[in-house]
Amino acid sequence: MKKLLTGNEAIARGFYEAGGHVAAAYPGTPSTEILENMEQYKEDIYCEWSPNEKVAMEVAIGASMAGARSLAAMKHVGLNVAADPIMTYAYLGVNGGFVFISADDPGMHSSQNEQDNRYFAKFGKMAMVEPTDSQESKDYIKEALRVSEEYDVPVLFRVTTRVCHSKTLVELGERTEVAKKPYVKNVGKFLAAPAHAKVLHVTLEERLARLEEYSNNSPLNTVEMNDKKIGIITSGISYQYAKEVFGNTASYLKIGFTNPLPFKMIEAFAKEVETLYVIEELEPYMEEQIKARGIKCIGKELIPNVGELNPDIIAKALLGREIRTIEGLDNLHDSIIKRPPTLCAGCPHRGLFYSLSKIKNVMVTGDIGCYTLGFTQPLNSMDTCVCMGGSISTGHGAAKAFKQAGEDKKVVSVIGDSTFFHTGMNSLVDVVYNKGNTVTVILDNRITGMTGHQENPGTGYTLMGDKTIAINIPNLVKALGVEDIQIVNPLNLKETDAALKKALEFDGPSVVITRWPCVLKKFSQEDKSEFGCELKKYKVNEDKCKSCKLCLKSGCPALSFDKYAKIDPDMCVGCSVCAQICPFEAIERVGE
Amino acid sequence: MSNVKSVLLVGVGGQGIILASQILSSGLIEAGFDVKMSEVHGMAQRGGSVTTQVRYGDKVDSPIIGKGSADVMVAFEKVEAVRWLEYLKPGGALVVNNYEIPSATVISGAEAYPDGVMEKLEATVENIYVIDAAKEAMELGNIKAQNIVLLGGLIKAMGVEGVDWDKMVEQTVKPRFVDLNLKAINKGMELVASEVKEEVGV
Ligand code: SF4
Ligand code: SF4
Repeated sequence: MKKLLTGNEAIARGFYEAGGHVAAAYPGTPSTEILENMEQYKEDIYCEWSPNEKVAMEVAIGASMAGARSLAAMKHVGLNVAADPIMTYAYLGVNGGFVFISADDPGMHSSQNEQDNRYFAKFGKMAMVEPTDSQESKDYIKEALRVSEEYDVPVLFRVTTRVCHSKTLVELGERTEVAKKPYVKNVGKFLAAPAHAKVLHVTLEERLARLEEYSNNSPLNTVEMNDKKIGIITSGISYQYAKEVFGNTASYLKIGFTNPLPFKMIEAFAKEVETLYVIEELEPYMEEQIKARGIKCIGKELIPNVGELNPDIIAKALLGREIRTIEGLDNLHDSIIKRPPTLCAGCPHRGLFYSLSKIKNVMVTGDIGCYTLGFTQPLNSMDTCVCMGGSISTGHGAAKAFKQAGEDKKVVSVIGDSTFFHTGMNSLVDVVYNKGNTVTVILDNRITGMTGHQENPGTGYTLMGDKTIAINIPNLVKALGVEDIQIVNPLNLKETDAALKKALEFDGPSVVITRWPCVLKKFSQEDKSEFGCELKKYKVNEDKCKSCKLCLKSGCPALSFDKYAKIDPDMCVGCSVCAQICPFEAIERVGE
Repeated sequence: MSNVKSVLLVGVGGQGIILASQILSSGLIEAGFDVKMSEVHGMAQRGGSVTTQVRYGDKVDSPIIGKGSADVMVAFEKVEAVRWLEYLKPGGALVVNNYEIPSATVISGAEAYPDGVMEKLEATVENIYVIDAAKEAMELGNIKAQNIVLLGGLIKAMGVEGVDWDKMVEQTVKPRFVDLNLKAINKGMELVASEVKEEVGV
C-alpha cells in the first residue's frame, strides 16, 4: 500500500519495519514527529521523551549495548548536547543496531543556527546515511541498522527540514521481527577506560577502512549515467533539486552513504564526465574531501553555503537561468507588513512578560521555547537567547559581571518547564552554589509548548500514554538549594508584579514559578481539577473606552484598534490580561 | 519534469492551511499523480506567515519551488498574497481571500495595515479570483470553514478532473465537521467555476 508520509513518519515506520526495539528523543523541530509517530508502534517498541538529547542518546546506547535495535532522534543543535556520549560510543561499537538522527535545519525555519552536522560523522569517525525523500527515509533506516550491526558502528542518519517535513509517497511493508542480541559482559568493548580506548581507537580506524569498502559497493550509492557533459555528485535533498533542474540532461552520482565517502566510485565517475559539479546544501562537506583527493570539481564557488537551497538557486548558479516573476511587483512592495509569529491569544506567558516589560534596569536572559517571543513588540522584554537551558547560567554570568563592575543592574532569567528539565536544572545548581543573585522565572505551562505539546517530566504522562509521577518543580527547586520560591498565576497581573518585585528585592537566588497551562493544551484530568477550564470571553465596552490603546501593550492578537479597542470573539480565550491593563474598566466579561 | 505543476498555499498560522493542503494532496493521489507536499512549521504558536507547497505530476523531484515557479497560488489573507506573489509564475492563477488579519506589528501600532491591497493585486495579476471566504463560511455557519471554501476555489482554478472531493473531505475532517466542510468546498468551487479564465491543470 502506498501512503503519503513525511520523512519523519517514514523514519518511524522504517524503524518499526526493521524490527526496532527502543527509541528515545527530546522534541526539537524538525525532528519531533519521529518519536511522536513511534508511539503508534508502542506494542513493539519502547519509546520515550527523555529530558534532553544527551539522555536520549544514552538511553539508546544502553539499549544497544544490551542487544536491542535502538534509535535516538534530535535536531541539529540537540546533537551538540548529545555529542559527549556519541563520540565515545563510536569507539566502543554497538551490540544491537544503533542509529541516531540529526535533523538539520538549513534556512533556520525554527532554529538558532544552521550548522551542518555531516561533519559530526567525520569528526566522530562514524558511518553516515542521507536519504533524499520519504521512501528512502524508510528504506535507509533498515540498511543503516544492518550496517551498524555488521560493521559494529553507530550510524548518523542525517536529514534536513525538507526531508523531515515534506510528504512523499511511500510503499509500506511489514515488520520483520529481529530478536534482541544476547548481552555478554565485555569490559574491553563497553568500558571506555583509557587502556581499553587506546586499543579501540586502532580498531576504529580499521573499521573505517572496511566501511569505505562498503561505501564503494553500497546500494545506497548509485550512478545514473546520462549525457556526460555534466556530472553531478550530490546527496540528501540536494539530489531532488539537482534532478529537478537537470533532469536527464546530466549524469548523477547520488551518495546516500556519505561517511566514509565512496572514493573509488567518485574517481571513476569524475573520469567519465566533462564538467563535475558537487551540489550540496550548506557546507562543502563532500567537495572539500573530493578536492583533497586532487579531483577537479565545482561547488561552493557558485552555490551558496548560506541558507536553504532550492532548484532555482541551482539553475541560476550553474546554468545562469534568470528567474521570471510577475511584472509590476515593485508597485506592491509598500503593501507588505511584517508578520512575526506571536504568543497566542491568552498565552499564559503574556501576563508574565507584560509584568516584566514594566520593570526598569533589568537584563532578561531568555531561552528556547515559545516564550523566546517575549522579545518581540510590544512586550520587548527579553535581551538574550543562546541555547536550550542556557538562560539561567548566562544570566548568572551577566549578573556577576555587573556586580564586579559596580553596576546595579539586576538579572531575570526566564525558562520553560521542559527546558528547565532539559538542562536548566544544572544551571540553577550553579547559581546556588556560586552565590548568585539572579531571579529565575520558570514558566510552567504544564507541557512542552513550542514543538506542539509533548509530555515532559512535569506533566504526569509518558510518551506511550501511561500515567507517571509528575516531578514537582517547587520541591525540586527547593532541593537544589533555593530558599526564596514563589508560585504565581501569570494571568493575575497584580500577583505577578508583586512576586517579581519581592524576588528582585531578595538578596540571593530566587525563583518565581508561573503556573498555568498553555492555551492550546488538551487539559488532563489533573489540569481540569487544578485550573478549571471555563474562562469567559471579554469584550470592549465602547462607551467606556477612552481610546488610550494601553490594552494593546499586552500584544494579544485578539485585540485590534479602530476608533476603539476591539476584541475578536473567535480568538479571545478570556484570560483577562487586557481587562486588567485597561485603566478605565472598559473591557468587560461577556455575559455578565 | 515538464508536466509537473506547483501549487502554493499561503496565509497566517492558525488559518487551517495544512488541513486544506492535506485534502488537496489526497485528491491528487486519488487522481493518480505522484505528489510531494512540503510544509513549513515548527513554532507551534500562531500569527506568523505560513506556506505549504503541493507539487504533482507523473514524477515529482523537488518538494519545493523557487521564485516565479508556482502555477497556482491561493492566499488565505490578502497581504500574504502580496508577500508571496513573486513565487507565482507570470500568467499563473491567484485565488485570494478578501480578508484582513492585522499582524502583531499592526496591533502594536508599529505599522499600519495597508490600503488598497486588493485593487493593487487585481491590477497586477491577470488571472485572479477573489473570494470572500470568511463571509461565505460565516453564512454556512462557521468562520473556521473559510479554509475549505478557499480550497474549493483553488481546485476549480487548478482544473483537476475526476476526483471525488467530497470523499476526500469526509476522510480528512473530524466527523462532526463533515457537513459544514462539504458545503464549504462546494461553495468555493461554485464561486470560482463561474469565472474560470484559463485552466492550468495537468
Ligand atoms: S486600555 Fe481600555 S480605554 Fe484604553 S484603548 Fe484599551 S479598552 Fe480602550
Ligand atoms: S481576555 Fe484579552 S488578552 Fe486575554 S485572550 Fe481575550 S482579548 Fe486576549
